[in-house]
Amino acid sequence: MKKSHLENCGNWFLDRFPLTKLWNDHMAQYYAPKNFNFWYFFGSLALLVLVNQLVTGILLTMNYKPDAGLAFDSVEYIMREVPWGWLVRYMHSTGASAFFLVVYLHMFRGLIYGSFKQPRELIWIFGMLLFVALMAEAFMGYLLPWGQMSYWGAQVIISLFSAIPVIGDDLSLWVRGDYVISDATLNRFFAFHVISIPLILIMLVFLHIVALHEVGSNNPDGIEIKASKDPWGHPVDGIPFHPYYTVKDIVGVSIFIFFFATVLFYMPEMGGYFLEHANFIPADPLATPEHIAPVWYFTPFYAILRAIPDKFAGVIAMGGAIVVLFLLPWLDRSPVKSIRYRGGIYKKAILMFVISFLGLGYLGMQAPTAGATIMARIFTAMYFGFFLLMPIYTRWEKTKPVPKQLTDQPTIEDRIPGWKATFCEMIKEVPVQKDGETVMRKRPDTSGIINVLIRTAKNIKASLD
Amino acid sequence: MKKLLQICLLLLVPLGAFASAGIELEDADIDLTDRLSLENGAHLYVQYCLGCHSTKYIRYLNLADDFNVGQQEILKKVAPKGAGIYDKMLTAMNGHDAKKWFGTQPPDLSLIARSRGEDWLVSYLKGFYQDLSKKTGVNNTVFPDVAMPNPLWQLQGEQKALIKTIDGREVITGLTITEPGTMTAKQFDKAVNDIVAFLVYAGEPAQVQRRSMGKYVLLFILMFGVIAYLLKKEYWKDVH
Amino acid sequence: MSNQGVDRSKRQFLTTALTVVGAVGTGYIAVPFLSQMQPSTKAKAAGAPVEIDISKMETGQLIRAAWRGKPVWVLNRTPAVLEILAKETDKLADPLSLESNQPKSSNNEFRSIKPEIFVAVGLCTHLGCSPTFRPEIAPNDLGEDWKGGFFCPCHGSGFDLAGRVFRGVPAPTNLDVPPHRYLSETRIIIGDESGADA
Repeated sequence: MKKSHLENCGNWFLDRFPLTKLWNDHMAQYYAPKNFNFWYFFGSLALLVLVNQLVTGILLTMNYKPDAGLAFDSVEYIMREVPWGWLVRYMHSTGASAFFLVVYLHMFRGLIYGSFKQPRELIWIFGMLLFVALMAEAFMGYLLPWGQMSYWGAQVIISLFSAIPVIGDDLSLWVRGDYVISDATLNRFFAFHVISIPLILIMLVFLHIVALHEVGSNNPDGIEIKASKDPWGHPVDGIPFHPYYTVKDIVGVSIFIFFFATVLFYMPEMGGYFLEHANFIPADPLATPEHIAPVWYFTPFYAILRAIPDKFAGVIAMGGAIVVLFLLPWLDRSPVKSIRYRGGIYKKAILMFVISFLGLGYLGMQAPTAGATIMARIFTAMYFGFFLLMPIYTRWEKTKPVPKQLTDQPTIEDRIPGWKATFCEMIKEVPVQKDGETVMRKRPDTSGIINVLIRTAKNIKASLD
Repeated sequence: MKKLLQICLLLLVPLGAFASAGIELEDADIDLTDRLSLENGAHLYVQYCLGCHSTKYIRYLNLADDFNVGQQEILKKVAPKGAGIYDKMLTAMNGHDAKKWFGTQPPDLSLIARSRGEDWLVSYLKGFYQDLSKKTGVNNTVFPDVAMPNPLWQLQGEQKALIKTIDGREVITGLTITEPGTMTAKQFDKAVNDIVAFLVYAGEPAQVQRRSMGKYVLLFILMFGVIAYLLKKEYWKDVH
Repeated sequence: MSNQGVDRSKRQFLTTALTVVGAVGTGYIAVPFLSQMQPSTKAKAAGAPVEIDISKMETGQLIRAAWRGKPVWVLNRTPAVLEILAKETDKLADPLSLESNQPKSSNNEFRSIKPEIFVAVGLCTHLGCSPTFRPEIAPNDLGEDWKGGFFCPCHGSGFDLAGRVFRGVPAPTNLDVPPHRYLSETRIIIGDESGADA
């Protein structure tokens, strides 16, 4: 049979480029554990948000002006006069917050299922580098609208460098390129934000994925699926990433963009958390806003900074809060990866860590009162305690036996009937007088609610053992 | 567990502490789909505010397009004499004079609703009261020592503060009209509300369009999600 | 893993449905992304109609104005020029302006509302250079046959004083006449023909 021209062209290309091999290695014959749950959506979602940021970012640069005299006006120009500019800008600003939300959840997944542990230490390191690059990207991007929060936020954070002994003052001067945040700073931050750091991000994402596909994905059971293979050499508990996880991730994507679009179209400021109110006032080097706080995703680290009464020590603590994350693979001495088979002490430690992280995040947004500072110190101690005491408490840990193969856990769909039953338990049909008639109406039932609460508390306690 | 509870309780402390601070603001009643209210607000804004305050990001053309009225009508009814349809809403006063008269340059109001909030703006415009110790003769309940005189005094009349002494401190408990203006209280409330509605619109002209298209986008994503879910279910029959 | 009992047609149908809906969605998001590169309100404001005062124009004089960032010429033609324009049509590519752009009111032999006042966009219809105004008759560089007109220095296109292009030059059509009308005897508005909004 004669081949069509299109086919010939295709073959010409495939003879010279390993497209089929790439597709098979990373999609169609990349075997992933079959028991990925909810937590495993966030990796692909992070990639989606990165693409969103790149595309909308490029569109924004077409109208944005990195000039202290023009920057603020140009953002409003995008919001008002550029056709659909508001949509592009909100996609970018909402995307920034969504990026951190997704990345924090992605990192938390690693924490509970031990994805950072041997043999995936390098994936974790690349991931942490990505996180640091992302923070730099977000910080520099936040200066660009040139509002009051942009200006004073950058002023405060860059002043941190001056805490470093000997070179500090010169270093912060060098970063700013001026004695205060100025046009020079804005211009270089623009260059970093739109060119340098995005390139670094893309490169690190590439390394992160290459490293992942070399050792294979971890899973909620924390066991290596490569250990048991079928006669064809495929992991018994593995399924090809494509089509199974592509179709599953598309479901995750649609749920994510549903929430994303809800924020974008109905609450793009998110009550001042995604776009701060004071940032609608142009930068004024002569007047600091009454209350300055970084955007929500930096507040846990900002709270640690403020909790320490010494400037230099505060900077060290804030930096240390990120450095300890890098060390995680070597701090954890437990032989077991997944939280499902780890001892109660680790579960409780993670709970304390979550409370301290959220607590710090909340306190970082509030004005520093005496009480808040004490709380921030307690949380800071808890935060560091989680990491620095880990080599000790993970050694005492009484782990549970780890199964040889992946276990079957109820999926979200399986759980829905149970949730329905619980909901019905909390509700009672009560006769209600309406227009002189007695009708049966559903009303909350106190005793049912108490039962459910007690049961939930017991379940939580049991799950922490 | 006990320690945990204590921490949770302590966490709530700053929340409560912040809730009690600050002056109660009035509730603005803004409806951005009410074109008449917006047009009236723009009209009042040009009459009473544009003398000193620009809204430099808004063109008269935007008003015609967004309020769905003819360009001629905007030029005749809203814009000051001689303004072109493409002109931005700029004040005729120059910054130098302003600084001399008020000690500060009146800010551009394009984004005031986004930085201050609508409730604050309504409270502010209604919150002027007589205070002869000030240069302008007035003070404000939500913006103490404000440099701006009450621009709407002819409409509202003059107000006096009702002061009570609580714990040795003088506290303003309310305001009362001492000399009526050209508007009744109800008319004045509406006028202020319309001006604030215009300012809220000016803060983000795309917001009406944004909200109205949101539901279609969400519906579309929902449809996509349902098909994606069915496809996922179909493929995952293979697994287990 | 088992592949028995797979409903291939259902899979195919759902895959196609998802692809179609996804493609439509991508299309929906592409529209705002692409149209954000369209001219903004600011650009349109710069393209607002411009008024030109011709009360001080002398006969034979050409004045230039900017409309949408383009040069617009207003030329006050002498009776002698009009005579030449009416007579010398044999060397023109499109003497009746059938292929060219002009508003209805200027679609006549002199390509203008009033015969003597000629309004045109001063950009060559070839590749957009601005031709030079050469009203003199038979200058040395342009040759014996030149009866006055516009000459484009970029690629040598020539137009007569009604903006009509000569045969055998690269420019395909006559010079564009922008929409315009008379506000009064001495004031022309460029870029607005309707009269409804001004």
